[in-house]
Amino acid sequence: MGRYLLRRLLQLIPVFIGTTFLIYWLVWSVPGDPFAGKCGERACPDAYVNMMTEKFKLNENIFVQYGNYMQNLFQGDFGTTFGGRPIGDIIATSYPNTLKLAVVALAIEALIGLTAGVLTGLRRNGFLDNLVLVSTLFLIALPVFVIGFVLQWVLGVQWGIVKPTVSNEMRISELIVPGFVLGSASMAYIARVSRTSIAENRRADYVRTAIAKGLPMRRVVGVHLLRNSLIPVVTLLGTDLGALMGGAIVTEGIFGINGIGRQVFRAIVTKESATVVSIVVVLVLVYLLMNLLVDLLYAALDPRIRYE
Amino acid sequence: MSDILVSEQSAAGASGRPAGRLLEVDDLRVEFRTRDGVAKVINGVTYHVDAGETLAVLGESGSGKSVTAQTIMGILDTPPGFVTGGQVRFHGKDMLTMSAEERRRIRGEGIAMIFQDALSALNPVFTVGFQIAEQFRVRRGLGRAEAKKRAIEMLDQVKIPNAKGRFNNYPHQFSGGMRQRAMIAMSLALDPEVLIADEPTTALDVTVQAQIMDLLAELQRERQMGLILITHDLGVVADVADRIAVMYAGRIVEEANVYDLYAKPAHPYTLGLLNSIPRLDEKGQQLRTIKGLPPNLMNIPPGCPFNPRCPMAQPVCREKIPPLLQVGAGRASACHFAEELVNRD
Repeated sequence: MGRYLLRRLLQLIPVFIGTTFLIYWLVWSVPGDPFAGKCGERACPDAYVNMMTEKFKLNENIFVQYGNYMQNLFQGDFGTTFGGRPIGDIIATSYPNTLKLAVVALAIEALIGLTAGVLTGLRRNGFLDNLVLVSTLFLIALPVFVIGFVLQWVLGVQWGIVKPTVSNEMRISELIVPGFVLGSASMAYIARVSRTSIAENRRADYVRTAIAKGLPMRRVVGVHLLRNSLIPVVTLLGTDLGALMGGAIVTEGIFGINGIGRQVFRAIVTKESATVVSIVVVLVLVYLLMNLLVDLLYAALDPRIRYE
Repeated sequence: MSDILVSEQSAAGASGRPAGRLLEVDDLRVEFRTRDGVAKVINGVTYHVDAGETLAVLGESGSGKSVTAQTIMGILDTPPGFVTGGQVRFHGKDMLTMSAEERRRIRGEGIAMIFQDALSALNPVFTVGFQIAEQFRVRRGLGRAEAKKRAIEMLDQVKIPNAKGRFNNYPHQFSGGMRQRAMIAMSLALDPEVLIADEPTTALDVTVQAQIMDLLAELQRERQMGLILITHDLGVVADVADRIAVMYAGRIVEEANVYDLYAKPAHPYTLGLLNSIPRLDEKGQQLRTIKGLPPNLMNIPPGCPFNPRCPMAQPVCREKIPPLLQVGAGRASACHFAEELVNRD
């Protein structure tokens, strides 16, 4: 187990370098003048352009630039925007908001998705089953921005039961609707995966054994059936958390949440290349670690899986 | 037709023992309703087992021996399986009409079951110890430590070496034979009065098979349990069974004590089975088999279900279902020519 973990962590290094270099190269190679529009209506004065070119080493070879960037990164320096604001600050203020939204979304999708999946998996072809199948199809088919805008408009504007946008305090109660919107598609997948998993395992021999042991139905389902059926669901949830922690450009945009997704979007639009690179580098790292965590979780849930 | 069968089968089943049996299956009927049609899997099965007695239920795949056991345990998959008639009486009380809760309490404590494939029958994500201790905790309300102690005792009783160390192993860490031992330990945890063993050795090596059968026989003697041993292996049965019930196409075709059955089968099907056992003194000759295939349960031939394969078949066999009738003391056969078979030399 320890050796497996070490090997996986070592594997992260080339992946991390490869992906970050790709991002760095792509972002800085985008055609177009990075200083266009930086100085209002006029073109930027030469002095400013020269200073910035020097500061960001734009005349250097891309490998030198990247090496330089990495060196700073490992000293905890994410660089600055063209305006001089430290990018580390931007991440530090916006990332907690993204995490909060991610956790709320994950909680909602796990709670609703699992409940729906377990109930319909135990009793297939009933009214509830059909209801869940149709509604999950809707959630999967509709793009997030449609669900987001419709819920914002109906719940927030027409009925006025929630505030249409999220305040800076990021209260949990305010995050329920955005969390639902963000987690909607995954919720549908979780409902379907757990439904299939429960229905499949319901007929397994070990469930029959548990019944033959004279255990109450509650325990047969709640302990023996659920524990086995949850393995694919939990790994799905883990992967999803990794994706959710990457920020949600659309959902954060709709509900006015100052999260990492919104910062990336803004940086891309304003050609703040340094900001884009730094944020994406953080997200890559988070995603890689989450994936590793899911693999370890898999082994923890299923004793038949052992990593050597 | 069915009415006649009921009365006659019941009469034949009674072999001089007092009333108030431990477990009785009485004219049980089960059918499977599938998309392709209705398969009549059990067509009036009657048998019983008393304390300290071993009944072997013998039959080939699809004869209904396992489905009968599943119906007794209440673990028949419904749908497609439906009980359409008959009773399963435990201490004289019909289990099929009991409340679900009443029936649940009998499982494990009154009647327990061992399954064929212990690897799939044990839950893969819980330790073997947990799955045995679970019974003491849930059914007996014991605490964690006490339940663990009792579970280790059980593992010890089924002769699992280093029971204490094995407690925290998962089923996949056990060998096939050990797994079946663990399965036996689990089924015996609540000290059941009847144990149903559904082909307990089929998935095992021949040498391990013998060990498991010895263990079962020993535990049965110690505890004076009623044992229903379901098998398709005549060799397994001979040493341990007191009585044998032979099933064919969802019916009991012959029931007798082991000695009588082997010495003088009273049904051509049993005779065919015995003749197809390979013998060392007939080395080099072609194996004898029963010609043909078991009937399609969706379309059982009229008359005796065995008639298309029977070397003795007469016109009457294609018209009338032979009832299970007594032939001599304590044995019964469902063949029109049972007397002739028994009385031949």
